[in-house]
Amino acid sequence: MAELFVFFEQIYRILFLLIPVLVSVAMIVWLDRRVWAFVQKRRGPNVVGPFGLFQTLADALKYIFKEIIIPASSNKVIFILAPIVTMTLALIAWAVIPFSEKFVLADINVGILYLFAVSSLGVYGIIMGGWASNSKYPFLGAIRSAAQMVSYEVSIGVIIINVLLCVGSLNLSDIVLAQKDLWFVIPLFPMFIIFFISALAETNRPPFDLPEAEAELVAGYQTEYSGMMYAMFWLGEYANILLMCAMGSILFLGGWLSPIDLFPFNIIPAPIWLILKILFLFVLFALIKAIVPRYRYDQLMKLGWKIFLPFSLIYVVLTASFLMYFDLLPGN
Amino acid sequence: MSFIRFFKTIFMIDFLTGLIMAIKEIFKPKKTINYPFEKGSISPRARGEHALRRYPNGEERCIACKLCEAVCPAQAITIESSEREDGSRKTTRYDIDMLKCIYCGLCEQSCPVDAIVQGPNFEFATETREELYYNKEKLLENGDRWENILAANINADSSHR
Repeated sequence: MAELFVFFEQIYRILFLLIPVLVSVAMIVWLDRRVWAFVQKRRGPNVVGPFGLFQTLADALKYIFKEIIIPASSNKVIFILAPIVTMTLALIAWAVIPFSEKFVLADINVGILYLFAVSSLGVYGIIMGGWASNSKYPFLGAIRSAAQMVSYEVSIGVIIINVLLCVGSLNLSDIVLAQKDLWFVIPLFPMFIIFFISALAETNRPPFDLPEAEAELVAGYQTEYSGMMYAMFWLGEYANILLMCAMGSILFLGGWLSPIDLFPFNIIPAPIWLILKILFLFVLFALIKAIVPRYRYDQLMKLGWKIFLPFSLIYVVLTASFLMYFDLLPGN
Repeated sequence: MSFIRFFKTIFMIDFLTGLIMAIKEIFKPKKTINYPFEKGSISPRARGEHALRRYPNGEERCIACKLCEAVCPAQAITIESSEREDGSRKTTRYDIDMLKCIYCGLCEQSCPVDAIVQGPNFEFATETREELYYNKEKLLENGDRWENILAANINADSSHR
C-alpha cells in the first residue's frame, strides 16, 4: 500500500511539472510568432482567444485531426519512433530543473551532467527521423543537424566546465545557490554570450537553422512527417528551446534568485523569477530569429570549431588560474 | 582585418545595432490591416464574384447573345436560351462553374448590355465543390444583392469604356 502511495505521489508530481511545461510550450510558440510579427510590423496571430493566445492549441487540434502519412519506402518502426524520442527527450530533461529551493522533481547530484547527456541524445530523434524517411532532403537535413549539434555541444560542455569551476558541484540547486552574491553572467560574460549562441545552434534556431533551410531542404528532417507526428517534432523543438533558456538562466542568470535581495523583489515567489528569466532569454531567441540572416554551412562549422571552442578553452584556463591565484576555489 | 572591423566583430556592434533597431520597430504602428475585421479598399475594376444584373423595372438584362460563353477562355459558362411568350429571347439556363473560372473579366467586357458583371466580393469560399457551380438563380440573387455597388462601379469606369 505504501509503495502504491509513493507511486501515485510521483505521478502527480510529474504531471504537475509536465502539464505546465506543455502549456507553456504552446504559449511560447505564440510568443515567438508574435514577437517575430511585431518586429516586421505585422500583427501576428490575434484571432483565437484573447490576443490569439489559443492559436497554438487550435493548430495542435488541427494536427491531431490530420492524416498521418507514412512513406511506403520508409523504415516504419524508426519513422514512428523518431518524433516520440525527440519529444520524450525534450520533456524528461525538465526533471532536474530547480524552480525553487524545494520545488525540483529529481534533485540528483549530477543534475548538469544529466541535462547535458539528455540534450546530447536529442540528436538521435533527428537522425532517426531523417534516416528512416528514406528520402534525400530529410537525410541531408539530418546529417547537417547532427554535425551542427555535435559541434556546438563541445563548446557548451567547455562553457559548463567554466561554471562548474566556480561552483564546485554538479547539482543544479548548488549552482543556483552559488550565485547568491554574484550572478555568473557578470564574471563569465563572454561565456554567457557563447553559451547563448551555441544554444541557438543546438536547438536549430535561426541563424543556425540549416537543418530545415526551407530554400534548400524543404523542411529538413521533418519533410516526410505529417499530422500529429510533425506536431510532436515541433513540440519537442520548442520544449528544447525552453530547456536551453532554463539552462542559461540557471547557469548564468541565477536561476530562481531575485536580482536584489530587497523588499519589493524578495516577496515575489522564486519560480516566478525563473520563469521571468526564461521568458527574457526566449524573447531574445525570438528577436534574433527576426533580425539575422542564415549562416552558410562552412561559416557555422568555422564559428563552432575555430572560434568558440578555442576561446572557451582559453577561458577555462583563465578562470581556473584566477580562482587558483586568489584562492577562491570552492571547497577550500 | 582592420582594427575597427576586429573591434566590431568582437563586441558584436553590428548585431547589437540590429537588435536595438528591432526593439524599436516593435513599438511602431503596424503596417498590415487586421483582415477579417478590417478590409482594404477595392478598385471599381476588381474582378470578384459574378453577378447577373436586372433593369430597374425588374427585367433581366441578359439577352442570351452568348458572347460571354464564346469568349470565356476557361469555358466556364454554359447558356441555353429560348423565346419567351412576349417574343423576347431570354436564357433558360445560365451556369458558371466558379472552379473553372479564371476571373479574367472577358465576360464582363464582352457583354453588350452590362448583364454579367464581376463584383467586389471575393470572399465566397464554400465547404463543398457543388456550392461553387453557380446557376442562374444564384447569379441573379448576387446581382440583386450587390446592385448598388455594381451600378456605382460601372458608372465610375464608364469614361474609360
